[in-house]
Amino acid sequence: MSEATINLTLEVWRQDTAGSGGKFETFKLDGVSTSLSFLEMLDMLNEQLLEEGKRPITFEHDCREGICGSCGFMINGQAHGPERGTTVCQLHMRKFKSGQTLVLEPWRARAFPVMQDLMVDRRSFDVIQAAGGYNSTNVGNAPDANAVLVGREAATEAFDAATCIGCGACVAACKNASAQLFTSAKIGHLAMLPQGQPERYKRVVRMYDAMDEQGFGNCSWTQDCEAACPKEISVKWIAKAKKDFLKARTIVGV
Amino acid sequence: MTLQSNCPTGPLETRWTRHKGNIKLVGPINKRKFHVVVVGTGLAGASAAATMAELGYKVTAITFHDSPRRAHSVAAQGGINAAKNYQNDGDSTYRLFYDTIKGGDYRSRESNTYRLAEVSANIIDQAAAQGVPFAREYGGTLANRTFGGVLVSRTFYARGQTGQQLLYGAYSSLMRQVDTGGVNLLTYKDVLDLVVVDGEARGVVVRDLKNGKLDTVTGDAVVLCTGGYSNVFFLSTNAMKCNVTAGWRAHKHGAYMANPCYTQIHPTCIPVHGDKQSKLTLMSESLRNDGRVWIPRKEGESRPANQVPDAERYYYLEEKYPTFGNMVPRDVASRNAKYVCDDGLGVGAKTGLDQRARGVYLDFRDAIARDGKDAIEARYGNLFHMYDKITGESPYDVPMRIYPAPHYTMGGLWVDYNLMSNLPGLFVCGEANFSDHGANRLGASALMQGLADGYFVLPYTIGGYLAKKGPRAAIGADHQECRAGIERVTTVTDKLLSINGKRSVDSFHRALGLKMLDKVGMSRSEAGLKETISYIQELRQEFWENVKILPKSGDAMNVELEKAHRVADFLEFGELMARDALARGESCGGHFREESQTPEGEALRDDENYSHVSAWEFNGVDSEPTHHKEALEFEFVKLTQRSYK
Ligand SMILES: Cc1cc2nc3c(=O)[nH]c(=O)nc-3n(C[C@H](O)[C@H](O)[C@H](O)COP(=O)(O)OP(=O)(O)OC[C@H]3O[C@@H](n4cnc5c(N)ncnc54)[C@H](O)[C@@H]3O)c2cc1C
Ligand code: FES
Repeated sequence: MSEATINLTLEVWRQDTAGSGGKFETFKLDGVSTSLSFLEMLDMLNEQLLEEGKRPITFEHDCREGICGSCGFMINGQAHGPERGTTVCQLHMRKFKSGQTLVLEPWRARAFPVMQDLMVDRRSFDVIQAAGGYNSTNVGNAPDANAVLVGREAATEAFDAATCIGCGACVAACKNASAQLFTSAKIGHLAMLPQGQPERYKRVVRMYDAMDEQGFGNCSWTQDCEAACPKEISVKWIAKAKKDFLKARTIVGV
Repeated sequence: MTLQSNCPTGPLETRWTRHKGNIKLVGPINKRKFHVVVVGTGLAGASAAATMAELGYKVTAITFHDSPRRAHSVAAQGGINAAKNYQNDGDSTYRLFYDTIKGGDYRSRESNTYRLAEVSANIIDQAAAQGVPFAREYGGTLANRTFGGVLVSRTFYARGQTGQQLLYGAYSSLMRQVDTGGVNLLTYKDVLDLVVVDGEARGVVVRDLKNGKLDTVTGDAVVLCTGGYSNVFFLSTNAMKCNVTAGWRAHKHGAYMANPCYTQIHPTCIPVHGDKQSKLTLMSESLRNDGRVWIPRKEGESRPANQVPDAERYYYLEEKYPTFGNMVPRDVASRNAKYVCDDGLGVGAKTGLDQRARGVYLDFRDAIARDGKDAIEARYGNLFHMYDKITGESPYDVPMRIYPAPHYTMGGLWVDYNLMSNLPGLFVCGEANFSDHGANRLGASALMQGLADGYFVLPYTIGGYLAKKGPRAAIGADHQECRAGIERVTTVTDKLLSINGKRSVDSFHRALGLKMLDKVGMSRSEAGLKETISYIQELRQEFWENVKILPKSGDAMNVELEKAHRVADFLEFGELMARDALARGESCGGHFREESQTPEGEALRDDENYSHVSAWEFNGVDSEPTHHKEALEFEFVKLTQRSYK
């Protein structure tokens, strides 16, 4: 195990509060062990800033194992940085070279206002979820779990959509700041399962409407969302949800 | 005060049914007159809030996260137990009950544990109805796996992301109630104190993390579902923001803290790589099915692992425990890894207080030779990939390095059978309470408990309390106890911000964690615990004189201040953990007391003197707490000593 270290220049977006303007600030950070994660590198920078009497850089994070969906910002223009299928908390410094300059910027989208530095408010995702992103079933009503059969393929495919962690990288990567991948994954997960059928068409219409109301843009099928998604969720879910949406509007009449 | 567990008596199988039948009911029209404040929206909190709203109660759910989907329940990998007997292999409620109480080394209540096993099956039904994509067989029925040394296959799972999918299920039920107006969801709100009126919990004090504004949220009862406190060790498998603050501040209002020293240390985590590390990652225990654990026999071995010949490898688990070998229980595996590393035989980076290498090999060389690389990849491909990503080493080519890490906490606020603490009106669910796991939680039982509490227990039992109280006048923001609560939080915040110190919050947290892991972790001794108590007292004093928080303002977003509140509480709570461990002179479950071992060096439980729950009463930060004991009676199971030799 080599304890290799690298030196970096970081250009970081600094913004004090939601309404205020912001600007880039440049920091030098030396002796970064390549076994650190990207966020541990920022912890190290923050210790240095504290020592210098400056406010540490704010970024969102929690689990640091790629599952809670809290973390995320742009590194040199790429959502979650250069490694495919990886959240920034799971990105390690061995992927970078000494002497590199890294530009860190928050997600940019009207529906994700910047709160401070690299942290944005993604509660618009919860508004979409509340607009029917559920099966209406009260505790006590559920039949025995084996009474409703679900084929292994359907369960596997539903899982592929349900694995979305709601980080917002899809929105950040999209030139229209569209939330299609997020919303479609939620719609697709429930549409794949028998338990999701009763509300299937009402759900897709309501969630689509919520998406528009929250100020997300439209989908122009550039597929940047799939490339940025740390869970590698396929754009096929967008196609499936659009199909359901059209059916809901034209045939089912929701 | 004597502790009343309020457990029903009589035949075990019908206790919960009879108890439910005797709970006073709140009429459907009256339910909306009661307002319940739920803190935490993980598995326990989301399920409790959604279910109470379905019943018709007015509910406010509070989390410091931006969304309920971020709660640390999301990280659970392996699965959830339920006594469904879908595999027709002889499972039953009784068997799940028995395995769970034995797994807890007979330090939990029979009544609670039986109820947990009883409602487990309903959890799977509820989750399937919500759309949780559990693993399925080709015929469409649910799949199961075996987990943690039990003889039946009763663990349900959704790939390696069971916690995520169960949480999203509970979250979807919660968001449905937000949609229909049943739940008022408050996000980015940190609960920093309790509002207690006439000896009853009536609300909480919250700090808005966006702008620092303090406020109170009041109701007829408060439910804490705030998760576990493994982060007292700084490095753990928990998320960075997991904390003990809400529970600890309730403790200061009189709620007893039970068995705080009971923690579970998971044997297979990726070792610490250096002193800048922030977090440890769990690798599934299933790896021990095929990996062989060893360390070089020679101290300071410099050859790469693959070049160390077999004769110079110490397969210590296989040698010491020929019957179970690498599959010994979690606590035995963890403790033995610590011992060999204490002896200077560990591998990997030198870290920690004593700058020793803390890692052992988990080697798949023989399994790959036996079954082929493809078979191993099919079993562990995703785990090997994750390991490679984090360490930059491929377990197909070199042995993995692993080391135990704090993972789960069985202790927590004391609750009775109704999940109410000794402070009336304060209920506690999920990992935050102490109730069902005894001294050593089995795998796949925490998810079960969180959801059992939230979906099937609390929504009933809280009704009994509310019916007895009847509708009461609301506590307004100008009530003296609300104003007093806000003032207490303001005082602490101002004090923290006024210190012109030199050391970061994290550096105090790290120092506390290293000491806790060394002395209050896998193996504890009287001398070590006493030393730790003085160490923490000194560290705490330094914290209040020398912590550095920037910016110096509490009325905007201030991440360092958020952390400081949490670490201040850990610096008090850690001392109580050490005191609890000191008072428990026996080894039991995951808690190993060096003074209490068999001649072969194994854990020796002492049922005569320690068959009780320790519940601690707060008497002031610098005063000794009062030790209360709730005796544990066993009418249905026979206590046996574990033996893995
Ligand atoms: C890596 C890992 C793997 C695991 N795998 C398994 C497994 O396979 N099977 C199993 O059964 N168990 C497993 N567990 C254990 C299990 O996941 C947890 O015990 C359980 O999910 C805890 O749920 P909870 O609802 O009690 O708490 P959490 O999910 O931690 O939720 C706590 C909630 O409280 C909120 N909160 C906390 N403090 C405050 C405050 N002061 N103010 C406002 N809000 C607050 C948080 O925002 C959050 O919403 C695992 C645990 C870990 C760490
Ligand atoms: S911190 Fe949880 S996904 Fe990155």
